[in-house]
Amino acid sequence: MNPLRTYVVFAALGFRRYSAYRLATAAGAFTNSVFGLLRAPITMAVIGAAGGELAGYGALEGATYAWLTQAVLTPVNVWTWNELALRIRSGDIAVDLARPVDLQMTYLAGDLGRAAFQVLPRGLPPLLVGALVTGLALPTTVLPYVLGLIALALGVCVSFACRWLVNLAAFWLVELRGVLTLHMVAVGALSGLTVPVHWFPDWLARIAAASPFPSMVQAPVDLLAGRVQGIEALGVIGVQVAWFLGVLLLGRVVLARGVRRLVVQGG
Amino acid sequence: MTEPIIDVAGLSRDFTVRAPAGRLRRTSRTVHAVHDLTFSVPEGAAVGYIGANGAGKSTTIKMLTGILVPTAGTARTCGKEPHRQRRELAREIGVVFGQRTQLWWDLPLHESFRALAAIHRLPSDRAARRQAELVDRLDLGEFLDTPVRQLSLGQRIRGEIAAALLHSPRLLVLDEPTIGLDVLSKERLRGFLVEERAAHGTSLLLTTHDMDDVQRLTERILVVDHGQMAFDGTLAGLVDRVGAQRVVVVDLLGGAHGAGAGAEVGGAGGAGQAGGRAAGVPDLHGIPGTELVAVEADGLRQRLAFTPGLTTAAEVIAAVAARATVRDVAIEEPDIEDVVRRLYLSQ
Amino acid sequence: MADLAPYRAVLSSRIRSQLAYRRSFALDVAGSAGVGLLEFLSVYVIFTNVTELGGLDFAGVALVFAFANLGFSLADIVVGHVDALPTYLRSGTLDAFLLRPLSVLGQLVTSDVQLRRLGRCAVGVAILAVALPQAGIDWGWGAALLVVAIPLVGAVIFAAVFVAAAAAQFWLVDGAEFTNAFVYGGSNAASYPTSVFTTPLRAAVTFVLPAAFTAYLPTLLLLGEPGPAWTPAWLGWFAPVAAVVAWAVALTGWKAGLRHYTGTGS
Repeated sequence: MNPLRTYVVFAALGFRRYSAYRLATAAGAFTNSVFGLLRAPITMAVIGAAGGELAGYGALEGATYAWLTQAVLTPVNVWTWNELALRIRSGDIAVDLARPVDLQMTYLAGDLGRAAFQVLPRGLPPLLVGALVTGLALPTTVLPYVLGLIALALGVCVSFACRWLVNLAAFWLVELRGVLTLHMVAVGALSGLTVPVHWFPDWLARIAAASPFPSMVQAPVDLLAGRVQGIEALGVIGVQVAWFLGVLLLGRVVLARGVRRLVVQGG
Repeated sequence: MTEPIIDVAGLSRDFTVRAPAGRLRRTSRTVHAVHDLTFSVPEGAAVGYIGANGAGKSTTIKMLTGILVPTAGTARTCGKEPHRQRRELAREIGVVFGQRTQLWWDLPLHESFRALAAIHRLPSDRAARRQAELVDRLDLGEFLDTPVRQLSLGQRIRGEIAAALLHSPRLLVLDEPTIGLDVLSKERLRGFLVEERAAHGTSLLLTTHDMDDVQRLTERILVVDHGQMAFDGTLAGLVDRVGAQRVVVVDLLGGAHGAGAGAEVGGAGGAGQAGGRAAGVPDLHGIPGTELVAVEADGLRQRLAFTPGLTTAAEVIAAVAARATVRDVAIEEPDIEDVVRRLYLSQ
Repeated sequence: MADLAPYRAVLSSRIRSQLAYRRSFALDVAGSAGVGLLEFLSVYVIFTNVTELGGLDFAGVALVFAFANLGFSLADIVVGHVDALPTYLRSGTLDAFLLRPLSVLGQLVTSDVQLRRLGRCAVGVAILAVALPQAGIDWGWGAALLVVAIPLVGAVIFAAVFVAAAAAQFWLVDGAEFTNAFVYGGSNAASYPTSVFTTPLRAAVTFVLPAAFTAYLPTLLLLGEPGPAWTPAWLGWFAPVAAVVAWAVALTGWKAGLRHYTGTGS
């Protein structure tokens, strides 16, 4: 079977796994909307306190930013994911590695399948609520949406690559909770999830720029909102691709190291 | 006259089961898990409550202990209404669910005892004495410090029973306690329960799938089928009614009394063939109370059916041992489904 | 008190087992502190851009944030474990609770204790320590009383929210996602001045889910500020009333949920 088709199968599996959780998805969309209801006014109040405009955000743009972050955070999956770590700890990873498919790619495909399912049922409701409650400042042409969806897909990929890498710590650590929490905190702080990266003070902005995290949330949100357009948007996408490939490759190297350790030490 | 320890009248419990029917609609139907049960158990008695899976045994237990509210009818346990007087009732009963735990899963066993002693407000010297007694008689000493989740099934069940008896309840309710245990563990557990009842007069309600449990531990049987009472009486009465028999399977050494060295027949017998004994293999016809139903492997494995009540497995084996050298023994029980089926056929 | 002894027995075992693994406990506490700091980071970043939010300056908003976080994490330590109810329902552990001569809710609450949340508590205390001197408070016995009382009353309110969310699990399947909206949404709303919200939303997070009573309104009292329209500062004195009402609602819901469980079976 041609390998691309294999990965499509894994993506479809990821999609189907999550499509079974209908009630949880609905509940999750409700939670996203509630959080949007809270974050949008806070964001607008900050902009108001700054004199009506802050780093290029007007009140409506601020609200739109808040609703968009709620819309994208589920597909991008910023919270903890530890499937791989569990398989490493239990030793089941040996079974996975024995299969004639690339492990990282199959997991990536599965994650993209999951994101594909979650985009609409978790993404649209907060946007609809936002449109009704505060109004949204969204682009009127097609191109920003195309670029934005590409950025969203890449955001998922960057997030996956980071989560993959973090999970690999299971080869060396017994208790992963600390590492997973640290990762979650870093993502929460630097990805632009609660406050836009563009509002960061210089020192924090530099740290964020040196990390893959803004590529996960801020990048797709900026492009979907039409805040970054044209050549600049391609630049943002380029940065995402660079982080994705970089962290992905690092993940492959570390996996190989981990497997060698497993084989040498015995699972 | 003292009040019965369990008093049930017209007890019923329905469940509504919803199943999807087609794309959008769902049908709902009512399952009568327990229907119109009436029985009464005097204090000090031991009752076996048997039935096939899904017959309503666990549902009845739940209603008797206050976990579930009846749909109709009344239940009184230790003179209390289980649902309304849940906490008072909990002080007087001990319950063991074979497949679920009442212990604290990730703590060592002795911590569970400590917690239960505090929960039942037992004075510390009394609790210590009682715990020592139970630990000794149930052989818990070697794994008192092990977390409950690391215990084997047999160890855990013994721990659960000790926990249920710590506060010396008037009534002990056991829901399938011997399921999954090996023969030796089952027998040890039964021995303990018999002694405990003799020493403290504890009443016993036992649900089980295992006729041996019933025979060893109880004087009275309630058979429930599809939620309804099918039989209320003694084991002998039941056996009489359905004519169920137990089978003793003996593996023998060839030659009368022992001189059959080398006649190793593999334990897995081939298909049974009646008749055809090799020379030197004893004849097991005519042992009182038994019927020789099969002779296999040239007579080296023979099956004797007997009716419990008329004789016992021990007597049959003794009789066989008097005639031959027994290498191995197994006892096959009439299974519950068989008994229940026969019960209905006999009505 | 003799009646607490049974609860204490299990609780002390849990505490001991959590403290037994020193290094991983320390890591957990650090992780919890990290989460607390992360949330404060948003507030900090906001105030690198503006000098006031919702009528309060940085010190004022930091107070609201710290009181809310402290109250929430105190409640989380003691009562937070009730969110394990769905697991207990599935595993039949709740039946084991029913078979003991103790209150089911009491057993659920004391079945565990989340000591690691002390990290987040510590962050709240630290922020308070820094912000209180800078907030321009008129110090006296009243103010001191408020500083101690606000997080405690807030903890009681959040605990009621946890119990109500747990009670909902008796009816909902996979209900935790749904109730999270209220629990964590409430915590979020409590951490900011509710003056930023439009009146309907403000009324919701004040009178429906009493998030504003956990920090913002009493803090207005402490600061001597007036409050926004329809939720003036003097409402802050009624925080204990809000706590009582919240618990009355939570307990009613809990009893109803337990009745539903024993009425319909699992």
